[in-house]
Order: sequence, then C-alpha cells, then structure tokens
Amino acid sequence: MTISIDPQQTNNESLQPKGWLRYFSFSLDHKVIGIQYLVCGFLFYLIGGTLASAIRIELASPMSDFMPRDVYNQVLTLHGTIMIFLWIVPVVNGAFGNYLIPFYVGARDMAFPRLNAVAFWLIPPSGLMLVASYFVEGAAQAGWTAYPPLSITTPQSGQIIWILSVLLLGGSSIFGGINFIATIIKLRRPGLKLMQLPMYCWAMLGTSLLVVLSTPVLAGTLILLSFDIIANTGFFNPILGGNVVVYQHLFWFYSHPAVYIMVLPAFGLVSEILPVHSRKPLFGYTTMVFSIMGIVVLGLVVWAHHMFTSGTPPWMRLFFTIATAFIAVPTGIKFFNWVATLWGGKISINSAMLFSCGFIINFVFGGITGVALAQVPFDIHVHDTYFVVAHFHYIVYGGTVFIIFSSIYHWFPKVTGKMLNEKLGILHFVITFIGFNLCFAPQHWLGLNGMPRRVAEYDPQFQFVNQISSLGALLMAISTIPFLINIFLSVRIGKDSGDNPWNALTPEWLTSSPPPVENWEGEAPLVEEPYGYGKQFSEQK
Amino acid sequence: MTTLDSSKEIRKNNSEVNEKHEDYRMFGLITFLIADGMTFAGFFAAYLTYKAVNPLPDGAIYELELPIPTLNTILLLVSSATFHKAGKALMKDKNSDSQKWLFFTAALGIIFLICQLFEYFHLPFGLTDNLFASTFFALTGFHGLHVTLGTLMILIIAWQTRVNKGRVTSQNIFPLEAVELYWHFVDGIWVILFIILYLL
Repeated sequence: MTISIDPQQTNNESLQPKGWLRYFSFSLDHKVIGIQYLVCGFLFYLIGGTLASAIRIELASPMSDFMPRDVYNQVLTLHGTIMIFLWIVPVVNGAFGNYLIPFYVGARDMAFPRLNAVAFWLIPPSGLMLVASYFVEGAAQAGWTAYPPLSITTPQSGQIIWILSVLLLGGSSIFGGINFIATIIKLRRPGLKLMQLPMYCWAMLGTSLLVVLSTPVLAGTLILLSFDIIANTGFFNPILGGNVVVYQHLFWFYSHPAVYIMVLPAFGLVSEILPVHSRKPLFGYTTMVFSIMGIVVLGLVVWAHHMFTSGTPPWMRLFFTIATAFIAVPTGIKFFNWVATLWGGKISINSAMLFSCGFIINFVFGGITGVALAQVPFDIHVHDTYFVVAHFHYIVYGGTVFIIFSSIYHWFPKVTGKMLNEKLGILHFVITFIGFNLCFAPQHWLGLNGMPRRVAEYDPQFQFVNQISSLGALLMAISTIPFLINIFLSVRIGKDSGDNPWNALTPEWLTSSPPPVENWEGEAPLVEEPYGYGKQFSEQK
Repeated sequence: MTTLDSSKEIRKNNSEVNEKHEDYRMFGLITFLIADGMTFAGFFAAYLTYKAVNPLPDGAIYELELPIPTLNTILLLVSSATFHKAGKALMKDKNSDSQKWLFFTAALGIIFLICQLFEYFHLPFGLTDNLFASTFFALTGFHGLHVTLGTLMILIIAWQTRVNKGRVTSQNIFPLEAVELYWHFVDGIWVILFIILYLL
C-alpha cells in the first residue's frame, strides 16, 4: 500500500505566517522547527550559563558566602538539568536533526510533521516551569540525578515540578526519536541507499534508537519516584522497605545512554564539517557506521559503571568495567578516522574548523579520563569528586558544545544566506578554548586531591586552583559576547554567502540558501557520494 | 504571489515523483510501542529485583487470588480475537458487522476494567502497605491506564465505522489497524504481567 503525501495537506503554507513571525508560530516546516529548537535551546543555555557562573563565583572562596547552601544546591540542580535536557539534547538532536535530516534523506519534511511540532512545543513550557519552580518553595535540590532518599526528603514541590518537567522533556525526546527513525528509514528518496547517507543520519539513527529504548525507562522511574513523594509509597525509600539502588539502576539505564544521546549527534556533525573544510572524503565511512552502531549497543549495557560505590557485586563491577573499556574501541576508531580525514587535506582555518579541531582535542582528553574512570579502583578513589565533573564537562562542553558552535558557523550561511564574521568567530573560539581548558583542566587535580562535588564549601588549600577555574568560567561567559554580536551583526549586515559558500557536496547545499519551503525547486538531488571531495585530484594521480 | 503559485505547481509535479512512499505510519506506531514496552520493561525489572533482593517483612506476603486475573486474561485474549474479526469484516466492506465486533471488543475491555477494580477493592492490602503492594498497584494500574485509553480509542473507531458517514472504511483502514496493533500490544503486556505478577 502506498500513500501519497500532499504537501498542501501536511504543511498548509497559506495558513503559516511569513518572515520572522513564522518562528513564533506552530509551524510544521522542519526548517522552522529546527531554528525554534536552536534559539529556544540557546536561551536556556544563557540561563544555565548564568547559573554556572553563580556556582563558580560561590566556589571562588572556600566559605559559602555568595549564596546560602540550599540555594547553591538548587542552582547546581537547575544548572545540570537545564544544560542537559533543555540545551544539549534539544539542540544537538532536535535543532540540527530537524534542519538537516530531511535534506540528507531527500525528503520535503519529516515523516510526522505534527508530531514534530508537538515535540518542540513541549520544551518551552516545561523549561519555564523548571525555572519558575525556584519561586515556589525553592527548586529541586537533589542534583540532576535526583537520587532518593535525598530527592524524597528535600522540599517537595520543587522536586515534583522537576519530575513533571523532565517527564515532558522525555516525551518530547521520544516523539523526536520516533520521527527521526521513521524519516531516515522510510522517507529516503528513491534510489538513495542507507550506506550513501551522510554520517549525521547514521548518528541520528543510533541516537534515536537509544532515545526510544532508554528514555521510557526514565519516565517510568520518575513516575515511581513521584509516587514516593506524593503518595507515600516506598519504592525507593529505605525506611519503608524500598531500595535506592533500584532507582540508580533504572536512572542510569537512561542516563548513561543519555551521554551518547548528547555526544553521538556531535560525532555525526563533526563528520560533516571536517571533510568540507579539509576538502577530503570522510576517512573510513563503513567503519564510522559500524562504530556508531557498536556504541549504541555497548552504550546500553554499561550503565552500572556510575554505581561502583553503590554496593554493586564484584561480577557486576567486572562486567561493567570490561564493557565500558570496550566502548573506547569504536570511539577510538572514530577519533582516528577524523584525524585521518584531516591528514594531508587542504585545510581552511576558519571558525567552524577551529571549533571542530577544538572538539577533537577536548574530546580525546575527556575520553581518556573516561577510560580511567571505568576502572573500579580508580573510580572508587575519585567517585563524586571534581575529577568526574571535569571528565563530564570535557565530553559535554568540550565535545558537544564546541560542535554546536562549529555547526552554527558552518550552517549559518545555509539558514540565513549571510556569512558570519570570521574575525569575531576566531576571537570567540580562542576565548572559549582558553576559558574552557582553564576552567576544567584544574578540576582534574582538585578531584584527585579529594575535593567533593556538589558542596558549596571546601578545604581552603584548594582555593587558588578553584580561583583559576573560576577565571576560566569568567572567560567562557565573556566568550558568548563576540558570538552574540557576530550573530546579530551578520543577520543584518553580513555579506551574502551565495548558495554554497563552502563548495560542499552534501545535499543541503545543493539548493538555494536560505532554502525554499519545499527544500528543492524540483526533484530532490540524488547524492551518492556526499564526501566525494578531491576525487578528480586523486584520480589524476 | 506568482512565486507561491509556481512553487505550488512544482510541488504538485513533485508529489508524483518524489512524495510517493510506502505507508510508514505503522512503522512509526511500532516504534512508539517499542518505547512504550520499554516503560513496562523498566517496571518489570524493578519488580523482579525487589522480589529477589528486598524480602518482605513476616506476615506481609499475600497470596494473590487467581480466579479474577485468569478471567481477565481470557477476556483480553478473546477481545483480541474479536478485534481481528472486526478488521476482517471491514476489509470485506461489512461496516455494520465490523462495528458490532468493535463494540463487543470495547465491552470486553470495560468488563476487564470492572473486574480489575473489583479485585482492587477486595485485596487485603493497600497502595502504601509494603513494597510488593506498591509495585502491584503501579504495574496493574499502568496497564489499566493503557486498557482505558485503548477502550476509548476502540469506541471512537467503532463510531467512525458507522455506515455511510464514518471515516474509517475499507479504503481508510489504517486507524482501525493502528488501534488493533495497540490493543494486541496491551494484551501481550497483560500476559507477561499475569505470568510475572500472579504466577511466579
């Protein structure tokens, strides 16, 4: 049975507002929804960043003098939740996925445009609810992990709002995941084979599989947790015979894959950006695909490495250590493939490329500390210290956020038809890179020396290193200024980019910039070799 | 306005070349049901772990009565068969037969829910009594929510298969097939739940 999708029916454009107003409408156009995700995510990034600055100001002195201890707990909980669920996951999946995937598969829209709009519009209300929970008896205080019994015993209204908000965001994530899987598998242009897709499609396919398989478990767990808080049941409450470790297992069954949900799309995006700016085919396409799928499979069976200090039995420790160490293999393959893509290429040093290279450097550092953390004896030593904080931020900020900025520099001409200013872009990169490493590299040392995380006060001997770290955070905050100036100036007075400023071969550049509503005037092009750069050159040789 | 018109023209031409795909709506639904199944998998995993590592205090172990849940299992299995009958009838354009079978299916669903409530009120324990009781209510309650939603959807589908005016016909059978798949899924979950919760 075949159905014919009439664009008139799925996307009634005569009812859609035009111009910038369409970004405030319930549009069904995947490009509009992608930008909505990006801008909404960035606004939450500014809020989360402000909270991070508050944390670093507090930690500049060993005493808790900038804010009371319970406010500090609320700030760090909101910082973690906002950055993960409202900035990184929606932007790296939702924003770029929505904008790019239909182009890459040669479709005019996502498979389920209405579901797509629902998935986006769940985000702003739940985000606002989360931020507003601060004004109702105080926000949640139990960290983004919401471990019971802490989450049961701290003030309840904030925690309940937190649960509700995360449930809505999880629902949004699942709807998005279903949409991406259906689009990539079922909506490919006739003649386009799976192994001809750009790498970001594979990354999003893997990510969406993880979303669909693991996010519902988190939803179920949070429902049980809310029963514990509201209805006085004892699922996770040891006083009533419950078991806190069960919560940790269920929570990490989602939240470890969540790390891959945050970083796999970044792997895909960097695989798109590097070949364009080094004018070489992506090295090892097939191995890239298999390592993504390997990461998906392994990513589902390593969750308990977060729980080595939760009384896990020895066989479990052994299994999860080995499985975790195995993830380094596909990740390492990807790392070497990126380096091999750059090797001997005609590299242009621009902001997108710099951020991508910054990603590779930061990510390999975070990856190495990750393998170290998988080893039980070492993990027990540094568990819940600043070493873990440093490792995590090297992956998620040094990795994913660098790639988000890189992608913005790369695809800005696509979306607006204007170029971003390169000088401001390079300034942005330099300040971000220095600030980031200044902020988080010293935290490895702090963690190894035993400074616990999530505590507002610390041993005065750590003050100097903490102040260096806070200085780095200040630089990171400042680095946003050239970026924002760049965006606002370039949208207004940026020089025209033409349709394909990077001479890229991936399908989204084979149409006008900005693209028309129907993505292509005429039939979607069949791109069999999205990375065929330098082909003629190598054939001449 | 000319650009808009011309783009419409292009779309019209393209919709014949490019926009033809096999029906992927069922694929999306299956993906959703896998996600939904994972929620249950999480609950089952929690229940089995509790059973293995959290022994209940003395005197707190309750033997569950089997007659009602066994009846419920039969009800749901029969309802799956009647739903299938409804689909077959609609394919043969026998809308009124199909509607009859659908109302019968919905009735079985409602009887299931009534039996479930009857069991709830006659259990010797309440929601907060102990870990077993809480998990029992969470699992059966979450499943009951699915049955409730499914019954509502069956009633909507039954209304839409009415002769002449209904929107669900043999030409547009997808809504019925979607609800049917969902209903079979809810059935399957019940069978697993029955085995794990009542028989194990």
